[in-house]
Amino acid sequence: MTHKSVSIIILVASRALARVIQLFGIYVIIHGHYSPGGGFQGGALLAAGVILMRMAYGREASQSEVSTGAAIPLASIGALLFAGTGLITLAFGGHYMDYGAVPVPGIEEPIVRYYGILLVEFGIGLAVMTVLVAIFDDMLSVPPEERVEGGAPDESSDPVPVERRNPMTR
Amino acid sequence: MSVLQNGVAGVLIVLGLIIMLVGSIGILRLPDFYTRSHAASKVDTTGIIFLLLGLAVLQGWNLAMVKLMIAVAIIMLANPVAIHALSRAAWMHGERPWMRKKEGED
Repeated sequence: MTHKSVSIIILVASRALARVIQLFGIYVIIHGHYSPGGGFQGGALLAAGVILMRMAYGREASQSEVSTGAAIPLASIGALLFAGTGLITLAFGGHYMDYGAVPVPGIEEPIVRYYGILLVEFGIGLAVMTVLVAIFDDMLSVPPEERVEGGAPDESSDPVPVERRNPMTR
Repeated sequence: MSVLQNGVAGVLIVLGLIIMLVGSIGILRLPDFYTRSHAASKVDTTGIIFLLLGLAVLQGWNLAMVKLMIAVAIIMLANPVAIHALSRAAWMHGERPWMRKKEGED
């Protein structure tokens, strides 16, 4: 579903850039302990990759990564992962998000803290990514009563009149 | 840190700053959307690339320099495409380029 006014430069460049941006987002999430970054920044980068594809190719692109319907449930799972990891520590007698209190057999306390922080970062990243994609989809979407089968905007629904397209031919 | 490294880095950074200054003046002075976006893309692309190259020379050979070079590569790819998309959208929606007034025309 590409609009006919889209140029090949934008399509190719956004296809190449989206993957690089998402790879960098994963790096920012995983490397958040040691360097600037973390769940929020990495999630925003992951969402930027998806949104870039949808801006270039239309709202049907990148549905296999975050589909429009699954965005809000995935965001809830991310928030649950974030809050639940903190709450589990309360069950073992620690403070909220005091990961060292969780007794994991065979793993020392600093390593447990490491994995606890990583799990929280993943939760935040998932929530931020899907919520940003959901906001973008909401702004793009047409109301249900004006929805056309197939979804492609035809020439008559374009707000710009055809004769205004190319100013040199006027 | 050798004198040569400092000198090359200084020249590159000052060059980037000069390009940024010229581009900023261009944004304020040029007559219409297309020429202004042309000037803005010079600030975004060339100026920042020279600045980052200067910083990379200042760093020497380490991981930070590699990250700066990755940033340079991504800016080289992304910024011209962004300006192209902006100008193309303006063209498609009927923004007319600025032209000199002809003789006898008001």
